[in-house]
Amino acid sequence: MIWQLDLAILTLVVIAGIAAITVKDLLGAAILFGAYSFMMCLLWSIMGAVDVSFTEASVGAGVSTVFFVAAVFRTTRRTKD
Amino acid sequence: MKIIGLIIALSTGVLLISATGDFPGWADPASPASTHLSPHFIEKTMEETSVPNIVTAVLADYRGYDTMYETAVIFTAGLACFILLRIFVREEPEDRLYRHVLTGVTVRVKEGAKLPPSDDFERIDATWTPPDLIIKTICRFLIPFIQLFALYVIAHGHHSPGGGFQGGVILGASIILLAISQDLRTSVRRMREKLDAVLCAVGVIIYAGTGALCLLLGLNFLDYSALASVLHCDPVTARSHGILIVEIGVGIAVMCTMIWIYNNVSSTGKYDEGL
Repeated sequence: MIWQLDLAILTLVVIAGIAAITVKDLLGAAILFGAYSFMMCLLWSIMGAVDVSFTEASVGAGVSTVFFVAAVFRTTRRTKD
Repeated sequence: MKIIGLIIALSTGVLLISATGDFPGWADPASPASTHLSPHFIEKTMEETSVPNIVTAVLADYRGYDTMYETAVIFTAGLACFILLRIFVREEPEDRLYRHVLTGVTVRVKEGAKLPPSDDFERIDATWTPPDLIIKTICRFLIPFIQLFALYVIAHGHHSPGGGFQGGVILGASIILLAISQDLRTSVRRMREKLDAVLCAVGVIIYAGTGALCLLLGLNFLDYSALASVLHCDPVTARSHGILIVEIGVGIAVMCTMIWIYNNVSSTGKYDEGL
């Protein structure tokens, strides 16, 4: 485990997480959530949990982003609050 | 109201973060989790189940009951999307639009009228846009390889990271890619709604049925060594094969659920063109 790499990815996770809940554009939030999932996937593989990392990459960063985009496309792109 | 919510969220966060101080250190060999169960799994998995990947053995064998209900949860999620979104009684538009595939001519068919019997017409919506040739061709080329990789992930879960969940998601994603690159009607033609829903349940039944078969053969529920007499091998190999059988069940269930959720969400239950 390289702590510099770990710290950089952890910072990106926090930034992507906060950005995903504050951004007004829901499509942007969906993509930021995908980025968050991908960073989490990197963190899992740094910690040696390769199976969890694989699941996170396929479910979190892959399919759930598609679901979010489909839901945004079928509802509204901007939040009210 | 917003301020109260903020205070609750912040105090819960502070509480949770302060509670992490009581956790054992990362990879601490003296932590409770690493003193009893983990040594057993690390030392005994190979001789008990002949599966080199300990995670797969724990997931599908030692903790198989848990994974069975995870599969049931995934199935329930698909079912919930279907029940919430699917529109059964739809108002049929008076005029239907058809496109002649070879020439690109759009035909408007009045209510009650019929098309000449030909396979060259495809049903389209008023908002139809032609799929991009490059995207369509590249995706057509990619999808078989994605599916092959997914089958590898399912079948090779014993030796490398992967297994039913990941492989099933990748298989489902390949069909979703077809729906995105062309349109939903194309992908539904390949994977009918009824087949999809039935396969969803079949996946869960394969898992639970394997467990019930073990019960019928005289051992505990999901104790795959009971399958030795059916598979004609020794109990250790039978546990390895049992894991493969339930992983296939999980893969089928997850693949169909992903496609089912996507179909319902992207067309808001109308099963028209999708995105």
